[in-house]
Amino acid sequence: MDGQELEAFAYHTPPEIRGRKGVQHPVVIVGAGPVGLAAAIDLALHGVRCIVLDDNDRVSAGSRAICWAKRTLEIFDRLGVGERMVAKGVTWQVGRVYHRDEELYSFDLLPERGHKMPAFINLQQYYVEHYLVARAAQFPDLIEIRWKNELVGLRQAERSVLLEVDTPDGRYELEALWVLAADGARSAARRALGLEFAGHVFEEKFLIADVRMRADYPSDRRFWFQPTFDPAESVLIHRQPDEIFRIDFQLGWDADTEAERQPARVMERVRHVVGPNVKFELEWCSIYTFQCARLERFVHGRVLFVGDSAHVVSPFGARGGNGGIQDVDNLCWKLALVLQSRAPEALLESYDCERVRACEENIRHSSRTTRFMTPKTPMERQLRDAVLALAREFPFARTLVNSGRLSRPCSLAGLSSIVADEAAVAGSMAPGTACADAPLVRTDGGPTWLLESIGGDFTVLTFAASAAELGRLEGEQRAAGLDLPLRVLVPAATRPGA
Amino acid sequence: MSAVTRLRREDGFAGAGDDFYAALLEAHEGLCDVESAGLNARLVLLLGNHIGDLSVIREALSVARAGVSREGKS
Ligand SMILES: Cc1cc2nc3c(=O)[nH]c(=O)nc-3n(C[C@H](O)[C@H](O)[C@H](O)COP(=O)(O)OP(=O)(O)OC[C@H]3O[C@@H](n4cnc5c(N)ncnc54)[C@H](O)[C@@H]3O)c2cc1C
Repeated sequence: MDGQELEAFAYHTPPEIRGRKGVQHPVVIVGAGPVGLAAAIDLALHGVRCIVLDDNDRVSAGSRAICWAKRTLEIFDRLGVGERMVAKGVTWQVGRVYHRDEELYSFDLLPERGHKMPAFINLQQYYVEHYLVARAAQFPDLIEIRWKNELVGLRQAERSVLLEVDTPDGRYELEALWVLAADGARSAARRALGLEFAGHVFEEKFLIADVRMRADYPSDRRFWFQPTFDPAESVLIHRQPDEIFRIDFQLGWDADTEAERQPARVMERVRHVVGPNVKFELEWCSIYTFQCARLERFVHGRVLFVGDSAHVVSPFGARGGNGGIQDVDNLCWKLALVLQSRAPEALLESYDCERVRACEENIRHSSRTTRFMTPKTPMERQLRDAVLALAREFPFARTLVNSGRLSRPCSLAGLSSIVADEAAVAGSMAPGTACADAPLVRTDGGPTWLLESIGGDFTVLTFAASAAELGRLEGEQRAAGLDLPLRVLVPAATRPGA
Repeated sequence: MSAVTRLRREDGFAGAGDDFYAALLEAHEGLCDVESAGLNARLVLLLGNHIGDLSVIREALSVARAGVSREGKS
């Protein structure tokens, strides 16, 4: 990690401690992790002011998220950090799966071309947070981040939320119309409201080592079941920027955590993977146990849960951080409309039902993966091993091999918040699915992308429109009393009169 | 040109194989080894009858058997 990512952010004595009283803030965000920071920027882009509280004064160190999926990158791009992330990150789209020392198959996560954002990048979470903090600083009138401000208490009042905050200068109280609880897996906001975080722990231990070395490994994700080079049950390798590789070793539930975390033991294991001739340094390593758990609802009065405070999953499939950023994308425009009195509070219910569905999908996939990796009974192991054995020869068995079903946007089709189509539309863009990108040419001849052109507002994208049809659309919008920015994008080839 | 039906090698679940596998594990949930083996025996008989094509079943039997004897030796 370069020095700047480690730098502490400055703490300032909050004005409330110096005696300021009676300010009601539209939004307070608890937690300056990737999710809280992304929410602050998204709200700012919609003109909404917020205060962000974080109990720490640094970006998160060590082995945390590295894999960021296309949909998330598209959201980050809208927020203004996507290009920087892709420039620094390691782009990849192919996953390779091995059993013992044989490659069983590979999968391509972006078979279609013509998208601005790649299928996946690997980029350490501390870089992502660092870029988000820098981006947030471009909204000095709208975003105020208060480092070393820990939420210690929270209660709902009639039409607002009262937060108790602890700082190096003592405690103070804040009042907010809405609170975004983005304070992570051990959420203090969740605890303050006494909410149950139900789920289960996966009975498996993983050693995660970030290793710095010069190796001409591919950027592909490589996963071994029962590797021949190490006694681990499975090994997963990802390439990260700065010549750092993430190696996950599946140790087994009975592994001796103390013995396994000894540097000499970790070095020995890494040596098994990289071979005798590669020089390497251990950047970071820890032993993890993972769980999946979730809140039953994400909206509790005026406290809205986003990211890990609302749901956690095992990292195989990269659905944690990616899911959290997609929460933000779903919530912030709605909250902005509610705050601007342009939509009823009931709109926030759609955040709850839409992201609960996504959360269920993420937990289902990551639980299935974990179960495939860690069979619980002799029969489960028989079935798992039979799938692996058949996979070499039989394509059907390859579809059952589960080393991670990598994060994809959840379809909202069928939910009451999504209006079904009157006529069937050809292609995959059904109502409720994330819009696919495509290359476009601007009227001035310059290149652009569909997702850049439709931005974050409501946009009507219409093909083969006539002048009369455009007029009708605008008329309908006025008649419905909709005061929403409605952009109409007409591809030139189909523009009336073209 | 009567095509002999052959054992299906491609995904038969149109991408929903994970649901099939999850259902299988769920059926075995909470059973001891002997009970699980009994479940498998019933399942094979039911599915074999459903397929109803002895040439396909023979092919499947020989693939399955070859794998088991191979593993038995290693
Ligand atoms: C080993 C590992 C690998 C992972 N890999 C991936 C991956 O490849 N892709 C992926 O998408 N996800 C991955 N994840 C998950 C990802 O790291 C999390 O989902 C993500 O960090 C969640 O972001 P968040 O902002 O919701 O929470 P956090 O990142 O936990 O941020 C919460 C913030 O709130 C602050 N906070 C906590 N309590 C308080 C309080 N009382 N008052 C004020 N502030 C507080 C914390 O200091 C922190 O800054 C991985 C996780 C692990 C552990």
